Formats: sequence, C-alpha cells, structure tokens
Amino acid sequence: MDKDVPRAHHDLGGVSKFMCEPVDVEPHALTDFDKEVDALRQVLGMKRVMTVDELRRGIEAIPEADYHRLSYYRRWMRSIADNLLVKGVITEAELRAALERI
Amino acid sequence: MTLLETDGEKLLAAVRDLLAAKSLVSNAEIAERIAITDAANPGQGARMVAKAWTDAAYRARMLQDGTQAAEELGIPMRGAPPLGVLENTDAVHHLVVCTLCSCYPRAVLGYPPFWFKSAAYRARGVRDPRGLIAEWGTVLPAGVTIRVVDSTADYRWMVLPRRPAGTEGWDEQRLAAIVREGDMIGVTVPVAAAQ
Amino acid sequence: MMFAAGATVRVKDDWPETRGPVHIRTPHYLRGLQGTVVRQLGTYPNPEDLAFARPPAQRALYHVTFDQPAVWEEGSAGDQLLVEIYEHWLEPA
Repeated sequence: MDKDVPRAHHDLGGVSKFMCEPVDVEPHALTDFDKEVDALRQVLGMKRVMTVDELRRGIEAIPEADYHRLSYYRRWMRSIADNLLVKGVITEAELRAALERI
Repeated sequence: MTLLETDGEKLLAAVRDLLAAKSLVSNAEIAERIAITDAANPGQGARMVAKAWTDAAYRARMLQDGTQAAEELGIPMRGAPPLGVLENTDAVHHLVVCTLCSCYPRAVLGYPPFWFKSAAYRARGVRDPRGLIAEWGTVLPAGVTIRVVDSTADYRWMVLPRRPAGTEGWDEQRLAAIVREGDMIGVTVPVAAAQ
Repeated sequence: MMFAAGATVRVKDDWPETRGPVHIRTPHYLRGLQGTVVRQLGTYPNPEDLAFARPPAQRALYHVTFDQPAVWEEGSAGDQLLVEIYEHWLEPA
C-alpha cells in the first residue's frame, strides 16, 4: 500500500508500483548522446546559465507518463531545453528554426 | 506535439547549434568536459578504500572529511559536492540511494550505473533494502542491520565496506583491485576472490 | 533552527506540492514522522529557491535517522533510514 499523500510523481521512495519490479543489474554503457547531454549540463552549470536544481525542477515537471517513458538523459535534455527557453537564453522561434536546419 | 516533446537527439543537436552560434557553449568545451568526466571511475574510490583499510589515520580522516581524503590521493574534487563516507561495521551495513533523482558520488566513482538511476532501485531501496541487494546475491550475516542513506541534498555518499577475510598482508594495489563500484554503494560486499 | 546531535525531531507534515509549482527535497515518505538528529552537515543555499532562480535563503542541513520499519509498517527491526533534511522542514518533537 502507498502512503495516502499527495506525492509528486518523481518522489519514488517506497512506491508500491515498483516494489516488485526487478532491477536490471547489468552495466549499460553510456551512448554519445548520454555523455554529450551530461557534459552540456555541466558546462551550463559552470557558466552559471543553469543550476542542477533547475535541471531537477525541469525533470520533475515532465508529465508522469513521459517521465517514466523517457530514458534518463532524454529527461535531462527535455529539462535543459525547457530551462533555456524559460530563461530566455533561446527563444521558441530560434529553436524551431534550428530544428528545421538539422 | 509540443516543442519539448521533440526527440532528444534532435533537441540536443539544435540546442548545441544555438549555444555555439551565440558563443555561449562551444563544441570544444563539451568535448573537454566529456574527457574530464570520463576520467572519473570506481578505481578512484577503490584506492581510497584500500588506503583506509591499511592506514588507520587515513581512515579516520576519510570518515571525517571525504573530500579532503579524496584530494589527498590526487582525485580532483574542486567544484564537486561535499563527499561523505559511511563505514560498514560488523553491526551496520550502509546502502546508498537517491529516491528523488540520482545523486551519486561521481567525483570518486564516475557516472552512476544504469541500475542506480532506475525507478525500481529508487523505490525499493528505502522500503525493501534486503530484497533489493538480494538482486546482486548479497545476503547480510544475521545480526547486521541496514542503514539506507537517501541522498536528498548537497552531500554525496560512498560506503567504506569492510575488509574481507583472506586479504591479510595484501598491499594497497592488490586490495584496491577487489573493491568494485557496487561495494561502495552497498549493493555488494568485497570478497577476496573477486577480480 | 538549530538542532543538537541526538535531538528528537519531527518532519513537518506539509505538502507544498498542493499549492503550486515547487521543488522539494524532503521525501514524501518522511513527512510527519519522527527522527533523531545525527549531526549538522553545514549550511547551503535552499534548493527550493535555486530551482526557480530566486535568490536562495541559506539553510542548515541535518543528517537525521529514522526507524525504517516504522516508516512502512514492515521491515527488519533495527534497520534505519539516514536522510539529509533542511532545517526549515524540522521541528522539535
């Protein structure tokens, strides 16, 4: 039984749904995508553009179904883009244009 | 589909292009950061453990201030969160988890493993720690209690596991070779035969 | 608020999540529960503020133990949880 409280969906300690889920203990190598996202987050932090707290807030804002569906670093990337937009570092128009070009 | 729902690889490429065009983040800076991050690995934590096993004064310093103890061994800690070290004894076994995200002692162990970041690990650690470590075949001796450490804030935690029997007289290098990533998180315990 | 090592504390039974967008580092499973302070871990800028780019309040951070079976009404006697909790989430018990 879960505690009957208004739990945020990322707040996973003891959540019943996962108590019977086996853990995949195998090592899974990071992809180039993973490492680049990780590095990007660090560089943005070092340059004081975005903190790790803002990263977490952005991840926690991902709707529950997407949160569990997206891989770890895809959650990061969504949050990084979200934060850069919210902070006005990039605009939606710029992002759309950049996506067209790749 | 909203802009944020765009495939992550495409978002990354577009964001990188924009940040480079604005001279905010260059490709060289990202490549350099990858190289630095790649250098951190569990072998660093293992060296700390091996030294703590053979040098009582170092062990005391490590438990007092993990960051300083890491720096003593040449592990770069500038800009890293404070490191706390928790000692396993014959009465208490520690298990590290981050139920809220994936806080991990990266500076001394490298990238967190896939399992540490999984919903199953994050959910089960605080509620069924014995069932969880059994996934690695780990069974604690009778009379040992578990202390589950939920990394919720500014510290990062690693475990100082107990030195296994059968390692008498081993030098630091030989000892470090048997200390695995999982031993320093608490999902496994070191054994003399492991390589 | 200052708490000494060994002090008995209670985690506030508060749910800011219900009042708007927040970023909270006090796990849901501890709210309203009693624990024991091990030690203070220093003072840090409040992540609840940092997450929204607000100038952060400095908050004392405590390491607090909880009886683990009591949290879940199941478990192994003597097992504990050890969790970092910010001062503003703790009150004397």
